[in-house]
Parts: sequence; C-alpha cells; structure tokens
Amino acid sequence: MTKTTDSQIVARFEIEHTRYLDEQGQPCGELPEVAGNADLLRDAYRTMVLTRRYDGKALNLQRTGQIGTYGSSLGQEAVGIGFASAMTARDVLAPTYREFSAQLWRGVSITELLLYWGGDERGSDYSGPREDFPICVPIATHCCHAVGAAYAMKLRGEERAVVCVLGDGASSKGDFYESLNAAGVWHLPVVFIVINNQWAISVPRKRQSAAQTLAQKAIAGGIPGEQVDGNDFLAVHDRTAAALSKARAGGGAHLIEALTYRMGDHTTADDASRYRDAAEVEAHRADDPIARLRTFLEGRGLWDAQAEEALLKDCDQRIDKALEEYLATPPQPVEVLFDYLYAELPEALAEQRQQLLRESGDG
Amino acid sequence: MSRKTYRQAINEALAQEMRRDPTVVFMGEDNVGGMGAPGEDDAWGGVLGVTKGLMPEFGRERCLDTPISESAFIGAAVGAAATGLRPVAELMFVDFMGVCLDQIFNQAAKFRYMFGGKAVTPVVIRTMYGAGFRAASQHSQCLYPIFTHIPGLKVVMPSSPYEAKGLMIQAIRDDDPVIFLEHKVLYDDEEEVPDDPYTLPFGEANLTREGNDVTLVTLGRMVKFCNEVADKLEGDGIRCSVIDLRTTSPLDEDTILENAEETGRVVIVDESNPRCNIATDISALIAQNAFDALKAPIKMVTAPHTPPPFAPELEDLYIPDQAKIEAAVREVAAH
Ligand SMILES: Cc1ncc(C[n+]2csc(CCOP(=O)(O)OP(=O)(O)O)c2C)c(N)n1
Ligand SMILES: [Mg+2]
Repeated sequence: MTKTTDSQIVARFEIEHTRYLDEQGQPCGELPEVAGNADLLRDAYRTMVLTRRYDGKALNLQRTGQIGTYGSSLGQEAVGIGFASAMTARDVLAPTYREFSAQLWRGVSITELLLYWGGDERGSDYSGPREDFPICVPIATHCCHAVGAAYAMKLRGEERAVVCVLGDGASSKGDFYESLNAAGVWHLPVVFIVINNQWAISVPRKRQSAAQTLAQKAIAGGIPGEQVDGNDFLAVHDRTAAALSKARAGGGAHLIEALTYRMGDHTTADDASRYRDAAEVEAHRADDPIARLRTFLEGRGLWDAQAEEALLKDCDQRIDKALEEYLATPPQPVEVLFDYLYAELPEALAEQRQQLLRESGDG
Repeated sequence: MSRKTYRQAINEALAQEMRRDPTVVFMGEDNVGGMGAPGEDDAWGGVLGVTKGLMPEFGRERCLDTPISESAFIGAAVGAAATGLRPVAELMFVDFMGVCLDQIFNQAAKFRYMFGGKAVTPVVIRTMYGAGFRAASQHSQCLYPIFTHIPGLKVVMPSSPYEAKGLMIQAIRDDDPVIFLEHKVLYDDEEEVPDDPYTLPFGEANLTREGNDVTLVTLGRMVKFCNEVADKLEGDGIRCSVIDLRTTSPLDEDTILENAEETGRVVIVDESNPRCNIATDISALIAQNAFDALKAPIKMVTAPHTPPPFAPELEDLYIPDQAKIEAAVREVAAH
C-alpha cells in the first residue's frame, strides 16, 4: 500500500481514575499502604465526622443570624481530609471557602472558622498553620499565589510543597490555566486538587467545560493529571501522598481531579432546588464518603457503635466550646481598619484613624 | 557619585538589593531572554533593558523569565512575597494592568487587612507609564490614580535617576505592596547618582524649587517640566515652588498645604486624564484645608479626557508641556 500522507501521532495521553473502596465501603482490589495505618484512618474518620457536625451547626448559626453567608461542604468531607492528611505540617495549603475539613485537620480552630464566617478578620490569623493561606473567595486567583509560594520553596531549596485546592468552576478560569503553565515550565512543587463537585453555583459540570475530564487540563501545562474517586478517602489520600512526595523531591507539579458531589446549596444565599433535580441529589445520597469509610473501619474491627457515640459527644462538646468562645469574642476595635492596612500607618491616614476613633466614641 | 541614566539607576538599585538580600528576586516577560546559548543569553533585560546584565550575576533562579501570563506571575509574586521573598515583578506597560487587577486590588492590597493584620506582602510591581513614546493609546496611559485609590497599596513615581534609585531601594525594603511607575520617556535621562545604596522616604515630597509666588505640585516626568518653567519665570520675577510628590500613596499632605498657604496660588501638573486624578485629589485637599489662604482659583494642567493619541502631532498636543504650564502659572500669578 502506498502512503498518501506523512501524518503520525506525536503525543498520546491517558487519564487514570483511582478508587480503592466502592460505594459500599468494600475493597475493589489491592489496597494502598494507608489502608494499614489504623491510627491515621481513625483520625481521618473523626475529623470527617467533626467537619459534618460543625457544618450542620454552622448552617443553623447562619439561619439564626449568628454568622454570615455560609457554604456547606456536605458530601465532600473525604476530599479535604484525604489530601490534608497526606500533607506534612510544613507543606502549605492554599484553600477556597469549602475546604474547612482540610483546615480543621491542619489545626485551624473551630473558633477561627466561626470568626471568619462571622465577618471577623482575626479568624484568618490562624494560630495553627501559620504559613497556610487563608480562604480565597475570588475564584482561582489563589492558584497564582500557590505558584509563587512553591517558587519560594524551590528557591530556598526546601523539601516542601504547596497544595492548591479549587473547584470545577474555578478550573475554567485563566488564572488556573496560567498557573498550570507556570508550574509546569518552572517545575514547581505544587499539587492542584480540583474538587469536581459537579456544580458551580447553578452551573453544572457539563456547562462548565466540554473537556472529558478536568484532570486533562494539566496535560497542556506539561504536568501529569489524574482522577480519583473523591468520596473514597483511601484514594484521595494515597494519590495526593504520591504527588506530594514527588513534588517535594523535585519531581514537579501535579493535578488531581477529585470526583464528588455538592450535597448542599452553594451557600446559604442559594436555593439549589431552583435549578437542580431532587432525584439527582437523592441518587448521590446513597454514596456517602463518611459511611463508606466507617463501613471499611468496622469491617476491620477499627470502629464500632460505642466509638461512634463517644465521637459524636466529643465533637459536639468541641463545637459548643468553640461557639462559646466565638460568641464571647469582643468585636474588633475600630482602629484595626487602619492598623491592619500598612506595616506603618502613613501620616496622612493617622488623622483619619483619629477621626474614626472620635466618631466611634473611643477617641 | 557618577552619572547614571534612569534605567541604570533602577538596574543598580536592583543589583545592590539582590546582593544584600538573597530573598530579592525579579520576574517578568523578557526580563532575561535567550536559552542559555552564548551570545543570546540575557539579550533583552525587559523591553527597555532595565534588568539587563543582572542574570549573569544572580542566575536564572532569581532572574525569572515568565510565560505571557500576567495574572499568574503577578499573582505568583504576591504569593512568594507572602511566603518570605521580596519579588520585584515587571509588568511591561501599566496599560496591561487590567488583565491582572484582581491580583493587585483584591489580593496584594488586601492581604494584610483581611488576614487579620498578619500577612506581610513585600512585593514591588514595576511598570512603565506615560505618553511621548509614539506608542498609541494602549501603551501610553498614566493610570496611577487607579492604584492611588486603593487602600493598602503604595504608589511611587520617580522623577529622575537620583530619585529612581533611592525610591526603588526603599520600595524593595518596604513591607507593603508597592506599585513603582517608571516613565518610559525618562529612561535615558542622566544625572549624578551616588554609587552606594541609599533610600528616599515614601510620603515625603521633595521641594525641587523654592519660591513664594506660586506653588507647583507635580509628579513623575512633569517635575522636569515644572522645574524648567520655574527657572524661566524666575527671570520674569515670578518665583515658584515646585513640589515633587514622589509618592501619591502615601501623600505628603503637610508639604502641599504648608506651601499652598504660603503662596496662596496653586498650579497642579498631572500627566494623567483629568477626572478623579491626582490633580483633582490635591485640589480637593487644598480647597478643604487651605481655602482661606487662596488668592486665586486652583489651576490644573493635565492631559485632556481622551485616550493618548497615536498621531505624533496629536500626542504632542495631548501631553502637558512647558508652554501650558507656563501659561497656567502666569494666569494664577496675575490673578
Ligand atoms: C473571580 C470570581 N468570579 C465569580 C465569583 C462568584 N462565585 C463564587 S463561588 C462561584 C462558583 C465556584 O464554583 P466551583 O469552583 O465549582 O466551587 P464550588 O463552589 O463548587 O466549591 C462563583 C462563580 C467569584 N467569587 N470570583
Ligand atoms: Mg463546584
């Protein structure tokens, strides 16, 4: 046969999907190393439950006017705890508003979370992970900060990495693409976790991008991308741990798309029933990440009803105590409006600061 | 002391700070250039050559060529600043700032405040501004009023090589985000500049001429024009003070008000478009605080409220020049 053209395939890519436990919490095959780490598994389970209890409480606090607009993470707990438990304390997290599960794991206090959602800037001055970035609400903007922080780590020759979390909606933004490209070309220690919870406010995943997977967006930036079952704690933890050790060792950036589902409204300012089919939500209810891990733990004799009861009590006590602390925190003094602004207050603003104090009756 | 251009002065400030402090890095499009092959490496040094010659001394890790992704690298500079570096990012033309404003307005400027006073973001964003380069509407704007409007930013506009070196070193050492605006027509201006590092303070205007008939308040390239006009009018018996603001944020209100009260006649010369610019801001400041001392209405000399034109004749007409400044000074002096 004669060849009529000189075309040939010069590159080929594949996206792998990983899951270790099925919806019923049963192993699908060989399990990763983390499956044998009983202490870590129990801690992860506890923090997932704490996240959910806190989440429920926060929704009530919003309804009763004690905190501001609030975004629930119901149904996504395995993603946050999965990647956070794969990080070291020295790694840096660049989160968005829905990853407080990961923040709780990393030592942000419930009081600080409540302060933040209650509109108090001091809630972003974390007593725990001092070097983590606070919550970033402008979508995908923080991807660029993660790149900068990873560059700083690389320049200093540190064995650390940055984890940058974003949503399926955020993956449409230029900032995200630009960050993937820069992280690839500069070979930086940063792992992007795209939490694909199928919705960006009222826009479903299929209207967000025509790409078959969001993981493949990494390929164009020259970094590997893969997918995990985001409701499988083992999968999220194991794949993030692998990506992070590679990144810390100088192996460059990585992207993990975690498939999950936003069970709640976008935020308390939203009513998802206006745009989302109840049947779709119900179909996902059966696939609960917390139940999945619990079944697995019980099957291995690592958890039982008694432990569950004690845990719930402990969670509620911690939440109540944090709530008390939050409610007892005196409001921010008015002068912080100026005092948080510059390293040293410019002279011309000192007068405005005094005026504000006088107007507030404190001057 | 030796004669240095505005370009060399900034380059020297960068080099000296990079030598002194290993956390100082710079990044931008074409800031280095080349692949590493002999002869082509370090070919560019930024569009106007400001960073040229630094890479051989400091290496590619600290002298970063960036992809054409302003949001990514300005954001990366902000992120690196918040995690321990002192990056100096070059955004070719201030006109392109629009593509990464979120990083500047919502991120760099707000980090310290929104993070409960904790975050330190010592980033410097260098950029070129100004008309007179035959570069058309999208490469000739001033735009510094936009940054001045944002609390949390510092906005610096050196008027000469001496000013540029001292203000750049201050900008790098400063713990807040700084927008450093270099006038593209000034790069080849030359004057005596100390060889050793020195800083010039932010928020302290520089009185370049002293006279008690008329106060000229100005900044950037316009300082040179105002000095020339002041020198010329001195011969005609009109003695002018010229105030080089150096920084529009923070603003040295005291020097402006003291001088305005002394002369009672004020001309503000600002190359930017006239709505909500530095001239209107300072007019309001004087009207509010020194109204009784005024002997004549405040006069503003600015560009018209149009895009900077490409056509050379129109561009020359667009830029506030010595003739317009002189006419304004004569008008208030005669009042
Ligand atoms: C730059 C920017 N554009 C728009 C918004 C408004 N907004 C807030 S959340 C959101 C949806 C984000 O969806 P996704 O990234 O999937 O995250 P999820 O809410 O599902 O966790 C939008 C559009 C914003 N905060 N920032
Ligand atoms: Mg989403």
